[in-house]
Amino acid sequence: MLQITGVSRRFGDVTALADVSLEIRQGEFFALLGPSGCGKTTLLRILAGFESPDSGAVTLDGEDLLGRPAHRRPVNLMFQSYALFPHMTVAKNVAYGLEREKLPKAEVRSRVAEVLEKVGLTSMAGRRPQQLSGGQRQRVALARAIVKRPRLLLLDEPLSALDKKVRAEMQLELKRLQHEVGITFVVVTHDQEEAMSLADRIAVFSAGQVEQVDAPVALYERPRTPFVAGFVGANNLFSGRACSVGLAADGLGVLPGSSDLPDGTPALLAVRPERLRLDGGQNGEGVLKGEVADVSFYGGVSHVSVTVPGRAEPVLAATQGATPIRAGARVSLSWAAGDGVLVPQ
Amino acid sequence: MRRPRLLYVPFWATYLFLYAPIAVLVFMSFNSGDSPYSFEGFSLKWYGELAGNAEIRHGLVNTLVVALGSTILATVLGTLLAVGMARHSRSKLLDAVSVLPAVLPDLVLAIGLLVFYGMIKMTLGLHSVLLAHTVFGMAFVAAVVRTRLTHADTSLEEASRDLGAGPVTTFLRITLPQLTPGIAAGALLAFTLSVDEFVIAFFTAAPTEPTLPIVIYSMVRFGVTPEINALATLLLAVSFTVVIVAQRMTRLTESLS
Repeated sequence: MLQITGVSRRFGDVTALADVSLEIRQGEFFALLGPSGCGKTTLLRILAGFESPDSGAVTLDGEDLLGRPAHRRPVNLMFQSYALFPHMTVAKNVAYGLEREKLPKAEVRSRVAEVLEKVGLTSMAGRRPQQLSGGQRQRVALARAIVKRPRLLLLDEPLSALDKKVRAEMQLELKRLQHEVGITFVVVTHDQEEAMSLADRIAVFSAGQVEQVDAPVALYERPRTPFVAGFVGANNLFSGRACSVGLAADGLGVLPGSSDLPDGTPALLAVRPERLRLDGGQNGEGVLKGEVADVSFYGGVSHVSVTVPGRAEPVLAATQGATPIRAGARVSLSWAAGDGVLVPQ
Repeated sequence: MRRPRLLYVPFWATYLFLYAPIAVLVFMSFNSGDSPYSFEGFSLKWYGELAGNAEIRHGLVNTLVVALGSTILATVLGTLLAVGMARHSRSKLLDAVSVLPAVLPDLVLAIGLLVFYGMIKMTLGLHSVLLAHTVFGMAFVAAVVRTRLTHADTSLEEASRDLGAGPVTTFLRITLPQLTPGIAAGALLAFTLSVDEFVIAFFTAAPTEPTLPIVIYSMVRFGVTPEINALATLLLAVSFTVVIVAQRMTRLTESLS
């Protein structure tokens, strides 16, 4: 549906986007994920029409998008700051886009009422943006963007300005709305949990390049680049060379893992903290042995960091609930070969 | 804790220094006698004289024409200048030059304009004062609007474009309402500055079309009369009203936006 081909954009010496190609499907909830300054916002602004690429093409349903000015694109953007017009009421804000289409007044009114109902703000129609809470403003911004029934809705860090509780609520709300209106959503975020919970597919960006495009589960379980392995979720990364049973790690010996990399390829082995098994006592059959440096209890899970001789950073293990293990205990760590993911370096 | 009374002395002394002459002027304008220095009794006689003085009426009308005309021109041009500079110029020098007429000595501007008018062979009249006042008024409006613009959120304009509004609609429906308090403040500033501007008007007005300050000046040369006190009192009332209205208006629009 949306086809981005070889898009590049430089700002002076800084490369914001380097030859980015992506395909986004009809009705999809797509996330652009990456740390700040990775180019994801630049790409969003190119799609909205506030920025133009140095080279590359963008087509929407086969039509060229780049040739059209921002106000003639069937694309709407929900701004990170929401950008609600402070001198207009909620209803006027939502109606603004429809009035620009020169629709009959009655239709504008009924569509505004309908969308306000959908986001649960009917009673706030006469208020001004500054009289609303953060969550309500976000809903107005969303209503204003979807009332135009765009073919593509862009969302710039939609939840970043909300506090934790409202954020979880809006996350569900966004998904429900996307389902209801059937518009393709492209969301930009630096928050990997947000991307994972919202999106059908995620493109991970780093330094202007797409590192990996995958569904959240695949991205989490099968990172294909060292950046993705380190950025998406907590991970224990060991560097070394690939071998038939896993990884010959620098200074740690052979660690179990599964891969189809040729032997000897420089690689990283990534093991998720929750896949590690901790055994107390000296004589465990573990892959690695070490001493517990710290135990942090988070309620549902506990994080145990273990210092392993021959490795600078501690190895992180996650256990369900509270753990009887205390700092200073000798433990052994082990994991199944299938849980060690090899990533070429 | 009670503050020592002594602390209030410099405070009241400053106020006295600032407002005593004005208070005396207002008081003396109600004098029934001819002397501007000794009060003989209350009367509105001089206000009556004032209303009957054709020269002053002529000057007042001229001043109002100049002030209103130059304010309108300065507001429109100054706003456009500010928006243009903020959106399309990255030159610090141009930026500084755009507000230069506001800080330039009046005398320099006056001589410059007089020479310029002579060069383009423009006859002097009321229009020449009006244009001259537009020059510095515009700089003041631009400066005030500019500060407002730097605080304005550019994402609002982008949001407007995104929702299907072209550049003109965006400017009229989104940018201008955001700037209204700044524009109003700038316009009132330009108006009050024009009303009592003397030097530039003196240089650029035709002798047959003096503005009020020029009329007053020529009257004062033959001594201060209670009539002038009355006129000054009226001007004071107008200035106060404008300033208060301006403050109220800014507060009102600010609370709305």
